[in-house]
Amino acid sequence: MSETQPRSRAPRHLAQSVATHTVLIAGAVLMVGPFLWEVVTALKPFAETTQLPPTLLPHHWEWSNFSKVFESLPFGRMFLNTVLMTAGRTAAQVVFCAMAGYAFARMRFRGSALLFGLFLSVLMVPALVFLIPQYEIIQSLGWLNSLQGLIVPGMFSAFGTFLLRQFFMALPHDVEEAARLDGANPWQIFWRIALPLARPGLLALTILTALWSWNDLMYPLVINTDPQKMTLSAGLATLQGEHFTDYSVLMAGSLMATAPMIVAFVLLQRHFIQGIAFTGSKG
Amino acid sequence: MTHTAAARPAARPSRAATRRGRRPGRRRERAWAYLMIAPTTIGLSVFYLWPIAQTFYDSFTSSGPFGGSTWAGTANYAALAQEPTVGQAVVNTFLYTAIQLAGIPLAVLVAALLNQKGLRGRSVYRVLYFLPVVTMPVAVAMLWRWMYDGNYGLVNYLLSTVGIHGPHWASDPDIALYSLAAIGLWMSLGYNMVIFLAGLQGVPTEFYEAARMDGAGPVRIFLRITVPMLSPNIFFVTILTVINSLQMFDLAYMMMSTPGSAAGAANPALPKVRSITYLFFQKAFIEHDIGFGAAVAFVLVGFIVLVTFVQFRLQKRWVHYV
Repeated sequence: MSETQPRSRAPRHLAQSVATHTVLIAGAVLMVGPFLWEVVTALKPFAETTQLPPTLLPHHWEWSNFSKVFESLPFGRMFLNTVLMTAGRTAAQVVFCAMAGYAFARMRFRGSALLFGLFLSVLMVPALVFLIPQYEIIQSLGWLNSLQGLIVPGMFSAFGTFLLRQFFMALPHDVEEAARLDGANPWQIFWRIALPLARPGLLALTILTALWSWNDLMYPLVINTDPQKMTLSAGLATLQGEHFTDYSVLMAGSLMATAPMIVAFVLLQRHFIQGIAFTGSKG
Repeated sequence: MTHTAAARPAARPSRAATRRGRRPGRRRERAWAYLMIAPTTIGLSVFYLWPIAQTFYDSFTSSGPFGGSTWAGTANYAALAQEPTVGQAVVNTFLYTAIQLAGIPLAVLVAALLNQKGLRGRSVYRVLYFLPVVTMPVAVAMLWRWMYDGNYGLVNYLLSTVGIHGPHWASDPDIALYSLAAIGLWMSLGYNMVIFLAGLQGVPTEFYEAARMDGAGPVRIFLRITVPMLSPNIFFVTILTVINSLQMFDLAYMMMSTPGSAAGAANPALPKVRSITYLFFQKAFIEHDIGFGAAVAFVLVGFIVLVTFVQFRLQKRWVHYV
């Protein structure tokens, strides 16, 4: 009995493992295949993209697709704008949301429930609805085609406040209580004690905000129409207008615009995945 | 005047007595609380709450051709009930959402496969499945537009190798919405999978071992242990999926229209793909009928609030919190 058990198990285990990997590999091909096709297309001359049957690898490696992107777009400038927008929004949002989230989680003040409810209502409204009034506000501030126009509204987040409030609520009270008895004021307790404990939550918000800012389309597209002030996603959208069917140039542009975030993800994958997983557990 | 005069001396001695007396500490704490919520409160009020209020107000006005608007009461809401494009947009949006919901079991399944003990290459799979999540939606739309191209697209080429003549995926009115929904599934699978995988890692392994001892097969274990244990995560992902799918816009916009030209001028599939947010965009931004567009947007907000409320109501029946 004890002899047959492992022997009969091994092949079953092997069969199960083969089946699992077959399914997972098939899935992975579906997930990654399009990206490989993107790379291959970006390296083909235009004529080769409209050739039947399509070539699997480029016959002629056409590197000029990338330089065509540079000719159509001030790519370096757009890259810089996107980095600055992402960094500015993310840094401010993490600090502001942590402050507000902590206050909602731990402090008693008049109107807190009403205010929090109002914040949550923002989550129910499609982002597009904010666009026209936001445009008018930015215009009246004289911030159209400016970096601060890109950054400022994105510094505040109902989602981030909610996320960090949930996190602070789950923290144990006793350390903060001890600090309070030692005479620390609420800000010191927040900044020196609660914030370091909230690192996983802050990390999650940092990653999500950075990702969403990097990929944000409609708001930057509407606010900044000067190519020198555009972000990469807006630039990419205008590239599609210019090279509508020249997919080799479009794929080269897409590749260039998405590569930084993909590289960041591959390098920091553990943090990305923890961050996303974290939002799921605290919802 | 008398108020401050009375408050001052009272505040002084009590400062030393904070530890004993409660009230002054409370007041000080309240002041700190207001300071700490101030940036977010001001920012959200100016850039988000005010726009909601303004758009809500706009939905009761009608805009003239040269700007300026007049009070129209509920005329926009009455008009949208009559307009067939609105009904079609509602149908499109809910169909898209239903398909996205069907992606949730798929993500649970992938997570369960990845969670198997001793699986090799787990982190590699995780990275590969997650790639679409970190890719710019504009780039995703462009890439799939190319994949879906009726003449030179990869999808139709692969189909042709097995003798199938594929349709124009992105411009055939009967198909385009499903093509779009497939991209939505492709983009969100990795995100949902990561959340489920984290949830599964919280399930004690004894549960699985006990079930295996009782002779339960993999399917039974999946349905009787994995799914119930994951139900809080499934609930969270469902709420998120519904809210996001009902607001679907970027993908449709990039697939259907040429930026810079009139929205969807070229694509014959637009009426069968146009989501509610797309209709809002078209009315408010292209046709400058802000009042009507705003009314459309608030109908959507109503749907979102309603569906989310119903989901929270129903959660008691199927979500198991451990």
